[in-house]
Amino acid sequence: MPESNTGLSDKPAIDIEKVRRDFPILSQTVHGKPLVYLDNGATTQKPQCVIERVRKFDAEQYGTVRRGSYKLSEQATLMFEDVRQKVADFFGAPDRKEIVFTSGTTQAINLVAHSYGRKFVNSGDEIIISNIEHHANTVPWQILCEEKGARLRVIPVNDDGELIMEEYEKLLNAKTRLVAVNHVSNALGTVNPVKEIIRKGHDAGAKVLIDGAQSSSHMKVDVKDLDCDFYTFSGHKMYAPSGVGGVYGKMDLWESMGPYVTGGDMILQVTLEKTTYAKPPARFEAGTPPITQVIGLGSAIDYLTEIGMDNIFEYEKSLLEYGTRLLQEIDGLRIIGNAREKASIISFVLDAAHPHDVGSMLDQDGVAVRGGHHCAQPTMIRYGVPATTRASMSFYNKFDELDVLAESIRKVIKLFS
Amino acid sequence: MSYDNELYQQVILDHNRNPKNFREIKNATHHCHGINPLCGDDMTVYLDVDPEQGVVKDISFVGTGCAISKASSSLMTAYLKGKTLDEVRIIFDEFHKMVLGEMDPEKQEHHLGKLKLFKGIRDYPSRTKCASLAWHTMIGALDEKTEEISTE
Ligand SMILES: Cc1ncc(COP(=O)(O)O)c(C=O)c1O
Repeated sequence: MPESNTGLSDKPAIDIEKVRRDFPILSQTVHGKPLVYLDNGATTQKPQCVIERVRKFDAEQYGTVRRGSYKLSEQATLMFEDVRQKVADFFGAPDRKEIVFTSGTTQAINLVAHSYGRKFVNSGDEIIISNIEHHANTVPWQILCEEKGARLRVIPVNDDGELIMEEYEKLLNAKTRLVAVNHVSNALGTVNPVKEIIRKGHDAGAKVLIDGAQSSSHMKVDVKDLDCDFYTFSGHKMYAPSGVGGVYGKMDLWESMGPYVTGGDMILQVTLEKTTYAKPPARFEAGTPPITQVIGLGSAIDYLTEIGMDNIFEYEKSLLEYGTRLLQEIDGLRIIGNAREKASIISFVLDAAHPHDVGSMLDQDGVAVRGGHHCAQPTMIRYGVPATTRASMSFYNKFDELDVLAESIRKVIKLFS
Repeated sequence: MSYDNELYQQVILDHNRNPKNFREIKNATHHCHGINPLCGDDMTVYLDVDPEQGVVKDISFVGTGCAISKASSSLMTAYLKGKTLDEVRIIFDEFHKMVLGEMDPEKQEHHLGKLKLFKGIRDYPSRTKCASLAWHTMIGALDEKTEEISTE
């Protein structure tokens, strides 16, 4: 085990054996081998406390929210709104009403593109994204630009996978309405200098959306400190159930925006002639929300808070350093994305085998990784590869699991060469 | 069951390393572009069909993809050369059913010859499209599809 895990303080940041016991799925075997789960960038596993919280809620406390005048519903509503407060606290949002629940980041970005974009982006305006975005933070802006006759501009990246900030500055101008970039790239692991991106965007008069799908589970995020206008996240990538996520937005922006999905719960009053909208966040949460999933999200946030985001960041950083060193030693392996600031994601290609074959082969050793374009085809095109294999680590991964990964990769190379 | 004799048999590894008919046909009578949007596999299949006899005189492919898709394309082109168009369609149909697990070449009659080595694919649902992309693209070429063939 590398020194960095034990060096800094007497107590390791993460009690790995205890943490692993919290995640029942991790103790299973796959094809007769212990599961080595390294697809945390796609989705994360659930700790027992989340599983139990969801079970208990469904078994004993379930009811609709914001509607019923009976005890179950009133209690469920309180618990539901309590999670909104937890999310606000977790991300440093000043007001819980600035948190809108969605089904995840994809819906969150679409919400902003629709409700903010349609209203405030006009013909001739410009929207800036980067070359290393998920399709979820690309396609909604492309469509918006097409509809509005606006122009989509792209921050280029250097060979290591870092945004070229001088080019970003050149792209900004009086026509820039919105900048939308990820905090952490899911395809490469790059941690973008979002604070600087936000400040410069604001200086040019633009609003800035941060796609936090990959940062929310890896580091402490403080939206107030960042001063972003929107920050999106997905529960299933932060140890919570799938089907819930959300977006933080500044209240004055929410108030200026019209609804996205329409229907029940988002109205103040409906007559056959006219509808007036409810206040945020209800205005943006039409229909019955993912109630149980929100409750599970609350439990996941409690769990992450207890472990400590700074501890998670430190531990995952040493995993990244260790894994990077191991993979760099393998002949015929090339890491795509060598930014100075990275989250615990390693994307790589082999001379000998295609990422899809690598994925199937590693699976036989119990190692779960992702092979493909990671919904980031413009990133793949930039680096001249059709796809990569991606190992994305969590604080529940062990150092020796990365040894298993490296060993398994060597076997693939041997078989395919 | 281990991978090196089920999914990645020696034949597949060999065809991946040295694919047959991996080239363009200059004056192809038919060609079509196929993609698998999930994994980015991308290929073009070319055929030179004798119009009178309805026989595949030459068939080839170019593109990028995983070992399964490359080996499948390579073996397909080798197998279909010299076949009549009617035979090609029967073989396509049987191959398609086999990789989906709807036809067992050990139990049912078929015309797949050594192509039956792709039988194991049915146990890897995420990979069946890798094996069938070349076939769908080939049929797309014969049907004179002008748009791209996609496995999705
Ligand atoms: C950076 C990034 N943005 C957006 C998304 C989309 O998130 P979801 O699928 O949870 O909506 C992902 C998930 O893969 C992602 O990694």
